[in-house]
Amino acid sequence: MDLPLEQGLYDPANEHDACGVGFIAHIKGNRTHEIVLQGLEILKNLDHRGAVGADPLQGDGAGILIQIPDTLFREEMAKQGVKLPPVGDYGVGMVFLPKEHASRLACEEEIERAARAEGQVVLGWRDVPTDPTMPMSPTVKAKEPVIRQIFIGRGPDVMVTDALERKLYVIRRRAANAIGSLKLKHSKEFYTPSMSARTINYKGLLLADQVGQYYLDLQDPRCVSALSLVHQRFSTNTFPTWHLAHPFRYIAHNGEINTVRGNYNWMRAREKGTHSPLLGDDLQKLWPLIYPGQSDSASFDNALELLVMGGYSLAHAMMMMIPEAWESHTLMDPKRRAFYEYHAAMMEPWDGPAAVAFTDGRQIGATLDRNGLRPARYLVTDDDCVVMASESGVLPIPDEKIVKKWRLQPGKMFLIDMEQGRIIDDKELKESLAAAKPYQDWLSRINIKLDNCAEPASATAPECAASVLDRQQAFGYTQEDIKFILEPMAKSGEEANGSMGNDSPLAVLSAKNKPIYNYFRQLFAQVTNPPIDPIREQLVMSLVSFVGPRPNLLGINEINPPYRLEVTQPVLTFADMAKLREIARYTENKFRSAELDICYPLAWGKEGVEACLASLCAEAENAVLNGSNILIVSDRKVDALNVAIPALLATSAVHQHLVTKGLRTRTGLVVETGSARETHHFAVLAGFGAEAVHPYLALETLTELAKGDVETADKYVKHFIKGVGKGLMKVMSKMGISTFMSYTGAQIFEAIGLQKSLIDKYFTGTSSQVEGIGVFEVMEEAIRLHQQAFSADPVLANMLDAGGDYAYRVRGDEHMWTPDAIAKLQHSTRSGKYDTYKEYAKIINDQSKRHMTLRGLFDIKPAGSPVPLEEVEPVTEIVKRFATGAMSLGSISTEAHTTLAVAMNRIGGRSNTGEGGEDPKRFIPIAKPTMLSEIVGASRIERDLQLQAGDSLRSSIKQVASGRFGVTTEYLVNADQIQIKMAQGAKPGEGGQLPGHKVSEYIGFLRHSVPGVGLISPPPHHDIYSIEDLAQLIHDLKNTNPAADISVKLVSEVGVGTVAAGVAKAKADHVVIAGHDGGTGASPLSSIKYAGSPWELGLAETQQTLVLNRLRSRIRVQVDGQIKTGRDVVIGALLGADEFGFATAPLVVEGCIMMRKCHLNTCPVGVATQDPTLRKRFSGQPEYVVNYFFFVAEEVRELMAQLGVRKFEDLIGRADLLDMHTGIEHWKARGLDYSRIFHLPNVPADVPRIHTETQDHNLGKALDNQLIELAKPALERGEKVSFVVPVRNINRTVGAMLSGKFAAKYGHAGLPDDTVHIKLNGTAGQSFGAFLSRGLTLELVGEGNDYVGKGLSGGRIVVRPAPGFKCDTPSNIIIGNTVLYGATEGEAYFAGVGGERFAVRNSGATTVVEGVGDHGCEYMTGGTVVVLGMTGRNFAAGMSGGVAYVFDEDGTFESRCNMAQVALEPVEEEFAARQGSESGDELEAHGRVDVRHLGMADEALLKMLVERHATYTGSERAKSILADWAASRRKFVKVMPHEYRRALAEMAAQKQKELEAA
Amino acid sequence: MGKPTGFLEFQRLSEAYAPVEERLKHYKEFVATLSDDDASKQGARCMDCGIPFCTNGCPVNNVIPDWNDLVFRGKWKEAIEVLHSTNNFPDFTGRICPAPCEAACTLNINIDAVGIKSIEHAIIDKAWESGWVVPQPPKTKTGKKVAIVGSGPAGLAAAQQLARVGHDVTVFEKSSRLGGLLRYGIPDFKMEKSHIDRRIAQMEAEGVTFRTKVCVGAKPATTGINDDAVEVISAEQLKSDFDAVLLAAGSEVPRDLPVPGRQLEGVHFALEFLVPQNKEVAGDNKNPISAAGKHVIVIGGGDTGSDCVGTSNRHGAASVTQFEVMPEPPKEENRPMTWPYWPIKLRTSSSHEEGCQREFAVSTKEFIGEHGKVKALRTVELEWKDGKPSEVPGSERVLPADLVLFAMGFTNPVASLLESFGVDKDGRGNAKATTDGDGCYATNVTKVFAAGDVRRGQSLVVWAIREGRQAAREVDTFLMGSSALPR
Repeated sequence: MDLPLEQGLYDPANEHDACGVGFIAHIKGNRTHEIVLQGLEILKNLDHRGAVGADPLQGDGAGILIQIPDTLFREEMAKQGVKLPPVGDYGVGMVFLPKEHASRLACEEEIERAARAEGQVVLGWRDVPTDPTMPMSPTVKAKEPVIRQIFIGRGPDVMVTDALERKLYVIRRRAANAIGSLKLKHSKEFYTPSMSARTINYKGLLLADQVGQYYLDLQDPRCVSALSLVHQRFSTNTFPTWHLAHPFRYIAHNGEINTVRGNYNWMRAREKGTHSPLLGDDLQKLWPLIYPGQSDSASFDNALELLVMGGYSLAHAMMMMIPEAWESHTLMDPKRRAFYEYHAAMMEPWDGPAAVAFTDGRQIGATLDRNGLRPARYLVTDDDCVVMASESGVLPIPDEKIVKKWRLQPGKMFLIDMEQGRIIDDKELKESLAAAKPYQDWLSRINIKLDNCAEPASATAPECAASVLDRQQAFGYTQEDIKFILEPMAKSGEEANGSMGNDSPLAVLSAKNKPIYNYFRQLFAQVTNPPIDPIREQLVMSLVSFVGPRPNLLGINEINPPYRLEVTQPVLTFADMAKLREIARYTENKFRSAELDICYPLAWGKEGVEACLASLCAEAENAVLNGSNILIVSDRKVDALNVAIPALLATSAVHQHLVTKGLRTRTGLVVETGSARETHHFAVLAGFGAEAVHPYLALETLTELAKGDVETADKYVKHFIKGVGKGLMKVMSKMGISTFMSYTGAQIFEAIGLQKSLIDKYFTGTSSQVEGIGVFEVMEEAIRLHQQAFSADPVLANMLDAGGDYAYRVRGDEHMWTPDAIAKLQHSTRSGKYDTYKEYAKIINDQSKRHMTLRGLFDIKPAGSPVPLEEVEPVTEIVKRFATGAMSLGSISTEAHTTLAVAMNRIGGRSNTGEGGEDPKRFIPIAKPTMLSEIVGASRIERDLQLQAGDSLRSSIKQVASGRFGVTTEYLVNADQIQIKMAQGAKPGEGGQLPGHKVSEYIGFLRHSVPGVGLISPPPHHDIYSIEDLAQLIHDLKNTNPAADISVKLVSEVGVGTVAAGVAKAKADHVVIAGHDGGTGASPLSSIKYAGSPWELGLAETQQTLVLNRLRSRIRVQVDGQIKTGRDVVIGALLGADEFGFATAPLVVEGCIMMRKCHLNTCPVGVATQDPTLRKRFSGQPEYVVNYFFFVAEEVRELMAQLGVRKFEDLIGRADLLDMHTGIEHWKARGLDYSRIFHLPNVPADVPRIHTETQDHNLGKALDNQLIELAKPALERGEKVSFVVPVRNINRTVGAMLSGKFAAKYGHAGLPDDTVHIKLNGTAGQSFGAFLSRGLTLELVGEGNDYVGKGLSGGRIVVRPAPGFKCDTPSNIIIGNTVLYGATEGEAYFAGVGGERFAVRNSGATTVVEGVGDHGCEYMTGGTVVVLGMTGRNFAAGMSGGVAYVFDEDGTFESRCNMAQVALEPVEEEFAARQGSESGDELEAHGRVDVRHLGMADEALLKMLVERHATYTGSERAKSILADWAASRRKFVKVMPHEYRRALAEMAAQKQKELEAA
Repeated sequence: MGKPTGFLEFQRLSEAYAPVEERLKHYKEFVATLSDDDASKQGARCMDCGIPFCTNGCPVNNVIPDWNDLVFRGKWKEAIEVLHSTNNFPDFTGRICPAPCEAACTLNINIDAVGIKSIEHAIIDKAWESGWVVPQPPKTKTGKKVAIVGSGPAGLAAAQQLARVGHDVTVFEKSSRLGGLLRYGIPDFKMEKSHIDRRIAQMEAEGVTFRTKVCVGAKPATTGINDDAVEVISAEQLKSDFDAVLLAAGSEVPRDLPVPGRQLEGVHFALEFLVPQNKEVAGDNKNPISAAGKHVIVIGGGDTGSDCVGTSNRHGAASVTQFEVMPEPPKEENRPMTWPYWPIKLRTSSSHEEGCQREFAVSTKEFIGEHGKVKALRTVELEWKDGKPSEVPGSERVLPADLVLFAMGFTNPVASLLESFGVDKDGRGNAKATTDGDGCYATNVTKVFAAGDVRRGQSLVVWAIREGRQAAREVDTFLMGSSALPR
């Protein structure tokens, strides 16, 4: 059951999974067969959350975990003559065994041997009956194991079931270790899904509805259980793996553990430091705890199991592994905080989106990650059943029987104790655990906070032998480090922004000497898990770090816990460092620090590094064994004669060494280095093991910048530390990691240009795909810098090296865009001279001297003898494969945006809206010669453009990004392709921000927001936290516009191929692989430089993985990122691309000259600015852009002719035609090895390597087909219709297809309110009412799931409980998470509570709800939200527009509101006072400036909405509020964004001025 | 970096010139350096481009955005450091460079370029005033000896670079004063010679030895226009006395116009007029050629032509007419098709402003004399098609001319110098050497290098400085095995 071997760029380690999870349990523990059947039913109803691969019969796996059905086993075993002992005295192992006979016997023998060795009794084996007739995919069948159960009775030394469980655990581990060490070919097929005296696990590589069919036991009426825990998997790959199906032994998990690499390392690191009073010597038999290559969930299960076996209760263990966000939770009970803080030093969080359901057979429960990124809904019935699942409606339970409907909240846990026969809620559970031990007392005694230690007298910078300048040079500082990195940070406390991507060489190709940090690229979350917004959701982020030894993980009986040292953030000042050096004094020798000097004599040369590292590791080990528990890796002794080993290399070497020795948790690791100066450096150091960093030289530099002013210097240092902290949070959050503790050692990087042997030895486990320099070359590079620093070089005598990374410098690093390249490209496209274009192309393509890109070192081999140019596919065909990049109107000017659209429509290529909506006027084709201004309006154009008949201004690609700006139904139906932007090359994993001053009237209009109000794009799509969510969004968009292709844009990084495979399985029609180097618009410099990888790698990996998965045929692949010439296109095709995206080059053709000032709005050529004066200077013409693409295509043709290829199609995927340049002289580039890029997947010849078929989106099954039929009179003639239909959770995206039809016909304006009224009874599936158009009303009687009203575009949604539901609506949930995400217009009324992120990014919808979860109204820019009940925390984070009214009954709302951007105000009594008066609503009568939302008095608006809520939903809560309106009004709090108030005031003043003028 | 919106707030401000009537009275410079405040505003106009096209347009690759920003922020001392890091003599280029950087300036795409040259001028003037320009003698000497032939901008730049890394440098100059064409070609009203003198003093303090009135190689058959040599050192001697020789002797052979009447008195090469004039201004003998009261015709529309115009006007010529064989270029170039490169366009120099008739597409057929003296010349108009001229029938004219000055450029270096060293020549008669890769600037003769006009043919001062600097690095590498000198 192994995955395909690592080949080419495919690496099985990149597998991800996500999925649907659920359970049903009887609170009192009544065991019935019914529960098992219901579990299977849940599984079937979660079917759509899983995925099927290339073969529809091949799922990703599913399973069910139940209590041991004693009667069944007892009777069955009796038939074999085995009499089972009483319940609890025997355990059952569910075992997957190799099919090969001898191997199977060997495995069975090992298990029995282990059982005997542990003193237990093997009672017998049982063949697990399965249905051989069940249809199964041949690939699944081929891997089907022999499934047997082993029965083990307790030995004489075991008295209680708990002890037996521990023994079974040890037996399982021993057997697995023993079988592993047999190293049989087939032993990899061995796996034990469960071995317990309480639970048993039936799972496999099965479809959801096959589990019950396959395992005959489950159909047996004797198969009874009080609980069923089920799981349906959606893996990003499709390789048949039986053992990766869930549930595992204790858990079923929906989500992703982002930090698993670090967690895995830390578990290894703990091996020597862990002692268990319960497991005793048995503990040693368990190691290694986690086998490499397992999934994140499997690893999590292993660790959880250890904790439980080590004596923690299940709940306690879960709280250690997935702690709440306690660090900045001011409202948390201090005891609970202390509990978390105490345990934080014991184990780093397993961080990532996670809904984990867990059970040990006696208790069953679930918990959610700290940020609530996965859905989990539950209900309790009046006959003591609890049903919990990823969504509501998985079991048909009559509303009458339900006593509570709720959801798991972020960081919360809920537990059913079947022995106690009751539900224990989060509060009680955690209170009792928090009170179990005196954590607070302990902490105050043992937790030493470095900040609180008195500053030693010697807190200044220690003297150094070399000058600051020489040392700066030795560590590779450039002038740009000062100008772009340190100075901006010192002054503003924030990292500087840049723009226009990165066009300088990879470190390994650069002729300049680069620090080793530059060889590491930051990984980021895309699709399989969400990035976090570290600013707006700062409450989940933490930079707390523990320096020093970690307590014993299994020290459950601790009375005198060891000391620990806490720092609030990891950047240490001189004073901090002085304290650390003298830490023994502060702690009465509890802590002892030791320094590891990483400098060695220059005379030893580069050859010295290996031995020095070895002795460094030995020294570190010695120091730890001798009792030092803080190691300081220091390069402070660098001088003219002593060169420093790069601190990163030394740190990682020491860290890895200590991990391997199991000593790492016995010491802290602090780095004192002159090299660290920018965020990325700190991130890499932390990622490879540093708990804190003292950047002494950066601090000295800052002091110099302050020119001797002590106060300024202090300020600079503070700002710098703050800036680095912010930057670190950003780097962590882009991977979805929220705590520094779990980021430390998590190795969230890939290396580009480092030799595998170097990686394996010093950066173990990091990916490096193209080889590169080894340890000696790394040192050589450091030595070269060192020598330059201390040389007589006159240029470096008084100043730093120019750098030239961020801006072109003649003596700096190379750039692809040189002055000549830009000049030649512009001249050629303006004049139409192909010869001049060829001069341009030569500058870009010829990298024989200037090494820039990986592809620059490619050679292309002919496929055959050359063919005449005339026979090659014409230019007009080739250009159809070209698209321009996603640049919004906002990031570039209207003039630049429309010019691109016209040009692309002229050549039959595609332009892209970018994330900013599109003017509907542009959707109409141009019939006669017209000026642009006549179409979009003269006031919106600064430089006019002549359009010809047949032109079109419509961008055929409509982008859907996380901000959902301007994404209306009308926008979607006017697309040929809808592109979901998961990430962008310039800053993958990050959001964006358009400051208010850039939001002009036009941009505000396009984005459905108020001019002058800032707009934030969140880092994640809040409806995509995992792969099945993406499938859902694809489904939503496809429903809305079935004619459009759905595209998903990804950014190249290691593992992107696997993600692309998942995307193909999620039914995308198209995938874009963007390189790391692209990008216009503003982006933090470190993101431009250090995140993502070149597209050559990502594209090749994608092609290989898709072909290997047999998915390539279903999906078209586009590549983009600094594609500039025909050669780039041909190479892209050979590596597997069908299509090509261009962004920077067409902009250059339009006049861009790479100012890199997009973020400053000062583009002097009118391309990337909104300043009207500058936009007048825009000089681009569509003809130029057309010329450019024809030139590129012509160059492609010429290359094809040389290669002997006539049809473009025949190039695609022919990586075998690529070769590496021979005779590369450059000392760094020499070590590169491209063989993995050029690898062709090893699959049969008939497996398609190009796009040949269309995806089956299953739209035929949509409920909307029925709705469209019934709504025909309205659609065709505008007549009013109403009807009633039933609905179930499997009916997803109800209303979207219908809305698409209406929007296509009636536009955004739609039809009159309520023209179509549809009543639906039941539980609706996800995305109910998505993109609902004006004139449509959906009235749902029952409940909704996640994403209700997503992208609402004018329609009305009403959700109210079924009449039989007797509970109080404000305390029951009725809709799921992320409701009304990106809604632009319309109304929604919900008689009940909504989940997390209610009305996130709402820009215009009006809604009433009776309670919301965390992050309500996040990023809202417009619209009205009324909450008639409780809100969660972080309400109004990033809210810049619109208004919320919250019914704050107990006056506690403010504590849960994020006050960064909003003010809270009372709802004033205006309505009553002025009701009936002639002046009515005109506020001018009151002599005040009108800043009223929607031009209405608050009270009038609010009361009207509450009344409507009462009318539409019959809400008792609304009625009671209205009953005593005067009193109720006073309890309402108005949430008013500052920016919105300002914008309203400005607009009012403007209006006033106009009135006065008139 | 500058002021992000500076280019929108401030207009380009050119350096002020003294009024024509005033400046015609003397040979002194008449350009006013920008005030500190103005310089700061002009610096603020710089946009600190992601790609500073100016740097690329500048032959010495001045890091223009950096010093623009420093001037904007009033950090003059840092500004001169940055400026000096790429250019040994901004005092020369800040005055007489045609500023290709400004043609390449990004603002020149659609408005007025940053006044880069005026800022450079301000920086170096401030630096001298403030005493920041000081000798930088080497910390250690290498003991290697380098001979440099020619004291023009290429030779001086190379000498300074080589001296600063510790070589013993001797510069040989055939004239009585140092500076080559800088001193003898360019009139004082463009650049006063004290600028050269203080640089020479700086270099002497840095250890450079200067030997004037020495002819290297062999005396040429036809003596140069400006040959004061009293001593000849043979090539062999020089090679044996020095570890390396750098030829930086310029391109001195002027282009002639062999038409009937060429031999008439009053028909001269420009330098025959300009060199003595510069000597006269320096206090030597009076210029034997006077334009006073004469109808002066300057043939050639370039910078030397302009210098002849300016000098003639200062003499008090009756009229000054300048001929250019090419057609009149457009007043405004087609910027979308020329930027960032040097555009062909009508350029009006300060000398033109002082009074000059300019004729384009005109060719001289004959000089008409009286008593052996030129009195008039016969011209014909040219029509240019596809880069080829043809005479326009019936367009012949006769213009009065008492003094005719040839300013049609220089064809090649004096051949005898190259031949005495045995240095290979390229097709145009220049010393043959490359500028890139291994062995650049080296001639075919071991340890003999060539840089400046002697290698590339006639060009700008700034190109000479570039070549001098780059060649110095090659010479240093040749002598020491490696070099820390920047290119």
